Amino acid sequence: MTVVDDKQLQEFSQGADAWFRDNVPADPGFMLPLTFMEVGTDQQFNFLRDWQHKVWEAGYLGAAWPKQYGGGGLDQSFQKAATEAMRRRHAPIMLNAIGLNWTGPLLLDMGGEEQKQKYIKRILSAEDIWCQGFSEPENGSDLGNAQLRAVREGDEYVLNGSKIWTTHGGYAKHMILLARTNFDAPNKYAGLSFFLAPMDAAGIETTPIRKLTGEFGFTQTFFTDARIPADCLMGEEGQGWLIAMRTLEYERGARGGQAGGYVITPLDAFSILELAKKAQRDGAPVMDDPVMRDRLVGFLIEAQGLKLCQERGRIAPLTTDRPMALSLSGKLMWTEFARRLNEFAMTLLGAKGGYYVGDESAVDDGLWTRGYLNAFSATIGGGTSEIQRNIIGEHVLGLPKK
Amino acid sequence: MENLGRLGFSEEQADLLEVATNFCRDKSPMNKVRKLIEDESGYDREVWKEIVALGWLGIAIPEEYGGVGLSLGEAAPVMEQIGRFMLASPFLSTTLAAQAVLAGGTEEQKQRLLPKIVEGAIATLALTEDSGDWDLSQITARAEKNGDDIVLSGKKLLVCDAASAQWIIVSVRLDNQPALVLVERAQLPQGALRRETIIDETKRSYALTLDGIRVDASALFDPHKARAALSHIHLAANLLAAAEMIGATQAVIDYTIDYLTTRKQFGKLIGSYQALKHPTVNAFVGYEQARSHLYSAAHCFNEQGTGEIATRMAKAEADKALSYAADRSIQFHGAFGFTYDCDAQLYRRRAMWHAAQFGDAAYHRKKLAELLL
Repeated sequence: MTVVDDKQLQEFSQGADAWFRDNVPADPGFMLPLTFMEVGTDQQFNFLRDWQHKVWEAGYLGAAWPKQYGGGGLDQSFQKAATEAMRRRHAPIMLNAIGLNWTGPLLLDMGGEEQKQKYIKRILSAEDIWCQGFSEPENGSDLGNAQLRAVREGDEYVLNGSKIWTTHGGYAKHMILLARTNFDAPNKYAGLSFFLAPMDAAGIETTPIRKLTGEFGFTQTFFTDARIPADCLMGEEGQGWLIAMRTLEYERGARGGQAGGYVITPLDAFSILELAKKAQRDGAPVMDDPVMRDRLVGFLIEAQGLKLCQERGRIAPLTTDRPMALSLSGKLMWTEFARRLNEFAMTLLGAKGGYYVGDESAVDDGLWTRGYLNAFSATIGGGTSEIQRNIIGEHVLGLPKK
Repeated sequence: MENLGRLGFSEEQADLLEVATNFCRDKSPMNKVRKLIEDESGYDREVWKEIVALGWLGIAIPEEYGGVGLSLGEAAPVMEQIGRFMLASPFLSTTLAAQAVLAGGTEEQKQRLLPKIVEGAIATLALTEDSGDWDLSQITARAEKNGDDIVLSGKKLLVCDAASAQWIIVSVRLDNQPALVLVERAQLPQGALRRETIIDETKRSYALTLDGIRVDASALFDPHKARAALSHIHLAANLLAAAEMIGATQAVIDYTIDYLTTRKQFGKLIGSYQALKHPTVNAFVGYEQARSHLYSAAHCFNEQGTGEIATRMAKAEADKALSYAADRSIQFHGAFGFTYDCDAQLYRRRAMWHAAQFGDAAYHRKKLAELLL
């Protein structure tokens, strides 16, 4: 472990705070995505890509990643301070989520030198946007059953099949791809391999998918005799499941090493208080209604509990009985909370809960109704809440799989 | 944004947690818990002596009064493990009584009582009345000065461990103000205590008739501190109750998991069915959040404002977590869950008891609404 110079950290932290204070962009005049899954227009995409590039250049993204690959080479506590400054100054999200949070740490932990040289810096600078090819139309929660076919021919693999729910699919330069190289393997998992695939290869095409919000943000990705170089294979054939599971640990926050910043706007339960203070029912403020007060306090308690669970995860004596419990349950707790909080917000809107984004009378530009619908992206994506309960039940509590 | 509390964990807490886990596991296996339910006093005197020897009674008592000089938050891990293994003892009653002496007693009383408590003298509090009101300042029991004496009248309910206690600290109304008075149990008139039938059979509780009790004026606590002391007792009781409940929540979840991983139906372990697996995970996630609240409350307990917020959150969440986990435990044990022999009922009853004492989840949310909204 590196020894952290407190004074240096403090100066860095103050510098970050001042930088974000001065550089967080003004309202661009169009709605900014609250999460990386909501980037639906070129305007939004370009804005966020420029912003990420600027933050990286200033040294506040990837501060704890190695210097030789474009990081800051500092202790993790520096990046943490920078991320806190972003939060404090309400900075927009980091765009390149799959690169920064999943691919980056994966490559740094398990990748070869050449791969690190080739990819890491361009992930940080947002030059290369990454996407993820895991789910297929017929295989979502049952990821191990992925059927996209990769056949080795000389120095290439030939890909055939389709991936779906590809966030940033239309913008990405590379994809982390789970494909089947062996259809005769002893079990479904052993036939899988993991690729770092170029999205510009001939035969790879993306079709936008419209979300329940009416917006765009991800694609279905079709592979028709698409040829990619054989050195796109990560690890060896048959190691795909292992690497994919590792990737999901980064994705769900069960394993550290991410570049920093946030890709989902932090949910502040107190913001709902502001909404409640403006709300009216039967000619009186909603804040006078004991039932609504009870529910509001319930959300504040829950938000505080989630925050405390993160803190407790760092206190070893308080996690001894089931050490993986807090890290593996984080996704389930946060995403379900976010969904219910947004849902509650709608009841505070009264009749105006009927408005949607785009109407001049919509409260907070329709943020809450849209937020509720978008919240499902997190309770479904990255493993549904039901899959998360299986994981916690089986891996933390030791309940039988079958 | 308000300061709602944060986590911290001292080395002392870590040591106490480890020692308490091993001690309680060793001294309080379930067959012992069941046996003590049948015992009149409800606890094992030999185990009590060992608890005293471990110094647990002195954790939150300053060194000048013979204690260890830590804060009440340091007692939370001990109370948690006592709750986890349902170790029966007057530890909770006595610790709360000591807090009452510290918060409301005169210097003379502190010097006289606290060193004895550290050495194992049992003490308890008589606060609740027939109204069942959780507001401890709603008092109808009376004290009247009569020469150098104080004459008590009225009735107190739900006085824990009163028959084992050397001292009972009673809340009364004196000159129309709340006051606390120390009563020696040995001086109670015949029949003043009646054992109550309560939902948690591992605990002992008594009704106390005050009529005819006459004490010396020196038994009166500092009158200027009475209101503050009652507020302090309320929060201290909720902190320790939350700890005892969190321990029980862990235990009942473990107990449920044992059954789900051994019982077979339709040729499969029942824990493989998602209808049982998923609610068990929900109970567990609720427990994890409640436990985080508990240790935040323990850490921040002495901070003005934040301590109250964190403590009320902890009790509210502990009530929710234990009630749900124990409720589902009964259900998931099927017909066995409906029997007296199934331990799930012990935990459910424990939840009901603590919800009824010093405020349930809804009550604390109401108080939090006053503080936060």
